[in-house]
Amino acid sequence: MTTAINPIEQRLKQARKQRAWRWYRVVGFLLILVIALLLLTLSVGQSITPLSEVVAVILGEQVPGASFVVGQLRLPRVLVALLVGTSFGLAGAAFQIMLRNPLASPDIIGVSSGASAAAVFAIIMLNMSGGSVAVFSIFAGLMVTLTVFGLSFKHGSAGTRLILVGIGMAAMLESVIAYLLSQAQSWDLQEAMRWLTGSVNSAQLTQVPLLCISVAVFGSLLLSRSKDLEVLRTGDETAQALGVRVNQTRLVVMLSAVGLIAVGVATTGPIAFVAFLSGPIAVRLISNTGSALLPAGLIGACLVMGGDYIGQFLLPNRYPVGVVTGALGAPYLIYLMIRTNRKGGSL
Amino acid sequence: MKFLCTYFSANRFPPMMLIGCSAVLLIIMCTLSISIGTRVVAWQDIINGLMGSVATMEEASVAMRLPRTLLALLAGSALGISGAIMQSVTRNPLADPGLLGVNIGASFFVVIGLVWFGLSQMSHYVWLAIFGAATTALFVHVISAIGHDGATPLKFALAGAATSIAISSFIMAVVLPRNDIAGSVQSWQIGGVGGATYGSITLILPFLLIGGLLSLTVARKLNTIALGDDVAMGLGESVTRIRIHAWLAAVLLAGATTAACGPIGFVGLVVPHLCRLLVGIDNRWLMTLSALCGANLLLAADVLGRILARPSELSVGIVTAFIGAPFFIWIVRRQKVKAL
Repeated sequence: MTTAINPIEQRLKQARKQRAWRWYRVVGFLLILVIALLLLTLSVGQSITPLSEVVAVILGEQVPGASFVVGQLRLPRVLVALLVGTSFGLAGAAFQIMLRNPLASPDIIGVSSGASAAAVFAIIMLNMSGGSVAVFSIFAGLMVTLTVFGLSFKHGSAGTRLILVGIGMAAMLESVIAYLLSQAQSWDLQEAMRWLTGSVNSAQLTQVPLLCISVAVFGSLLLSRSKDLEVLRTGDETAQALGVRVNQTRLVVMLSAVGLIAVGVATTGPIAFVAFLSGPIAVRLISNTGSALLPAGLIGACLVMGGDYIGQFLLPNRYPVGVVTGALGAPYLIYLMIRTNRKGGSL
Repeated sequence: MKFLCTYFSANRFPPMMLIGCSAVLLIIMCTLSISIGTRVVAWQDIINGLMGSVATMEEASVAMRLPRTLLALLAGSALGISGAIMQSVTRNPLADPGLLGVNIGASFFVVIGLVWFGLSQMSHYVWLAIFGAATTALFVHVISAIGHDGATPLKFALAGAATSIAISSFIMAVVLPRNDIAGSVQSWQIGGVGGATYGSITLILPFLLIGGLLSLTVARKLNTIALGDDVAMGLGESVTRIRIHAWLAAVLLAGATTAACGPIGFVGLVVPHLCRLLVGIDNRWLMTLSALCGANLLLAADVLGRILARPSELSVGIVTAFIGAPFFIWIVRRQKVKAL
């Protein structure tokens, strides 16, 4: 008997090892990509700064010229882009996995719009800034999430109703943002752009610590639940039978995902489609070899940094990152719809 | 809500009575729209203003409110009819020119005309708006109709939302680098009737009239389509021709409205639904009542926007979104559509 099972067992072991390898390879590749983008943004812009000077500036030395360009202009921008992108990618994938639907990302079901509306309200109407805006925005994001969930669960199931309710909620919140912006003292287009499509133009080094804390705390909370989340994909009953505390997991995941989204949105505005795109791309790359959370976070970072770089330097005019990701993301959503429809599945 | 639905169930009231009531309401709304605003006016001023006198500030402000009221009236009825047609043709309860991205598509083409081809006269860009509306409608329809189960409400709403976001990004991308027109970007994102002039009304009037006529002539045929494509064909109707006819009417109405007011959402969603509760599914009554109620809703929203944000005002597009989005969610919760 044992001799008959052994080869199968060995093959299974080997397959598992290969899958794990693929996951590590993908994550490694994405890490390298993130670092490459980071260095590219820091050294190549309107003028080219040699990498040695970049490193010197980061280590705190004063280099004439490079200190200003790299330290004041590029570093805050790229750090904010990196952290916000990671936040959006992680949170988007968490929502998608938790609700078992690629369309259930925070930017489609209104969570990002809610956080953004709260941030605009806090800044324009209440003259708040920094951490208090983020807290306000987290609170509003949670309220919107709970409202959308509450309105869409009927006889214990949400399904596609959740997405439709979310679209309605998002439409209303967008008009709240539009109203608040029209109430602002002067219609500052740059500022408005930030809240309509998201932009890292006003990034400052002082915003980085808050983002770091958010990514560290909420991100690690999410990643600590990544195994449970994977099991949740098989269905609530199965997960429960396998020993996952379903409701607790869901609560932790939702809290930390909303936290990530809200702190990110309070800094840069809702950068269009990053949360929606990262998850499906990550799933494609790792193709079921492990948790999609970490790769999705890295992809989010790549999207925001890359989108910002394209918007700044590769197009004839300078565009905020949200315009670039919006123009990239919407065709992808349409492609996703067409592909799912063709296969005969219903969305 | 359930109580209301059964109470107002179809054909409880004779259609003529409903239409009479909404016509009376419309007159009241027009009076309100002329008399309410930042500046308080007396009855005498209103009458003088209507006679064409602009001697005092009060009379002048009445004269200013006239084109605005007229535009809200026209735009509201156009959007109401357009929404009723779209819901009938697609048999989709969530169809609405705003949600399907048709309005923002019209905006997009107008912006492109403004920026790249230097078309600054409205007589030129009415055509662009209608063309844009038609292209977007076709695009959204084709995308959501792919697949075996056809255009489900969810696919429709998603395709519309995705197209809207993409088009908004493109509008931003076109407008942002150009400071001379960047200030007007707001008016292409939120619809309003505040900037109405008699000139713009006369320009869109022919399109609205043709659209209205087309929809009147298609109303009866849409009733046969409602029985199902097979039955309609059995009754000797060309289903495709009716569809094209109906879409043309809907797109003309929505496109011309957007050319004058910018994108206004949810009117075409809310109004036909309420009217269907009142008069039932006969498209002839439904469209007539939708036109009247649409005008009522838009006028009411405009007046509300002026009252709420006094002494400034809220764009009517914001007010309709606030009224319409909860309504949208209510429909989603109520529907027992197979996709839900």
